[in-house]
Amino acid sequence: MCLAIPLKVLNVLNDNILLVESGGININVSCALISDVKKGDYVLVHAGFAIQKMTESEAKETLSVISGE
Amino acid sequence: MLDVKNKIIPLLQNIEKITPDDFTFMEVCGTHTMSIARYGLRSLLPKRMRIISGPGCPVCVSSSKDIRTAIQIAKLPNTIVATFGDMLRVPCEGESLQEHKNVKVIYSPMESLVMAEKNRDKEVVLLGVGFETTSPLTAVVIKEAEKRGLNNFFVLCMHKLIPQAMELIMQSKNINLNGFLLPGHVSAITGSRYFDFISKFDFCGVVTGFEPVNIVSSISMLVTNHVNSKYGVFNNYEPVVNDAGNLTAQGLVKDVYEPCDSDWRGIGKIKASGLKIKRAYSRFDATNKFNIKMEKVDDPKGCRCGDILKGNALPTECMHYGRSCTPSNPIGPCMVSTEGTCAAFYKYVED
Repeated sequence: MCLAIPLKVLNVLNDNILLVESGGININVSCALISDVKKGDYVLVHAGFAIQKMTESEAKETLSVISGE
Repeated sequence: MLDVKNKIIPLLQNIEKITPDDFTFMEVCGTHTMSIARYGLRSLLPKRMRIISGPGCPVCVSSSKDIRTAIQIAKLPNTIVATFGDMLRVPCEGESLQEHKNVKVIYSPMESLVMAEKNRDKEVVLLGVGFETTSPLTAVVIKEAEKRGLNNFFVLCMHKLIPQAMELIMQSKNINLNGFLLPGHVSAITGSRYFDFISKFDFCGVVTGFEPVNIVSSISMLVTNHVNSKYGVFNNYEPVVNDAGNLTAQGLVKDVYEPCDSDWRGIGKIKASGLKIKRAYSRFDATNKFNIKMEKVDDPKGCRCGDILKGNALPTECMHYGRSCTPSNPIGPCMVSTEGTCAAFYKYVED
């Protein structure tokens, strides 16, 4: 339930919804809890909400462990 | 994989070198429970080091009374109860939410709002379960329900706060604790300063993420600081956690909730350890809407979830564990929840 994962922002749709890429699938996520998000940013997503921004290298390091490389 | 090995081996060597006899620390996050078990970290660490799982799984600490309230609401004819999947199978007096057709699993609390909009003839009740990482999400949803003028949306607020449980444990003489692994995503929201109170008990705490190298490196920091009598909070999850945390989320929480006393399964009432929806938003509070009379609910005989949650017992010390209580047939919440201590042991720890 609680594992938040880093995902890449593909597009910012309107004030509060981003579109993020998750392993090839695009999902809508609320950005009500963060601000100044742009296309190409990485965000930490928990239960459908972005809770923090991350850099690409930080995100990739987490993701490589999750995918078991 | 080789990269992980190269990073982890020197950390393990340091830990082996400096860990004193009987060093004990506690983690208070269900995802840490699961990560430690999943990566087999106990087997890599010295035998004289004890890792205790504390009350960090929000499903596991939800009181039987709260679960029964949720079930009673699910039995009403016109309701939809929206919940995270973990809550579905928690047994309560021989039944669980799973058996009721009015119950729907959601991944995001926002989905419950969509349900309320699409089903105007139904009363949609979101089960607000979780610690500081999740309560802001429920707050966003309540504010959005207000903005959209919904009159068929409610929240059964069962959110809890972890510091009060930690203080209780630190004050208890039952376990000889030396420090804490501090929850990474709670800290992303609250800021690492949120845990500063541990230094008044001469405790060390390390804010930690969820990958094995990070967890082992945090354990190494924990032992090093303890051995050098350096108390307080250290942040080992800097990409995600800073001192202050997510101010937007914190503002929303202050706006929507106020602290209240809360019942923790197996522990009892802990003062100011829960969140209650403020009067200004009381029309969304399910306890106002559904006047369900509650009596005390007894936990199943012999179930040691309470002791396990406080770190006083291991799952293997419960008479039901692995016998009458298994993931396919759970007796208590520690076995049901994917982050429960018993579930983690069953899945990953060798007998």
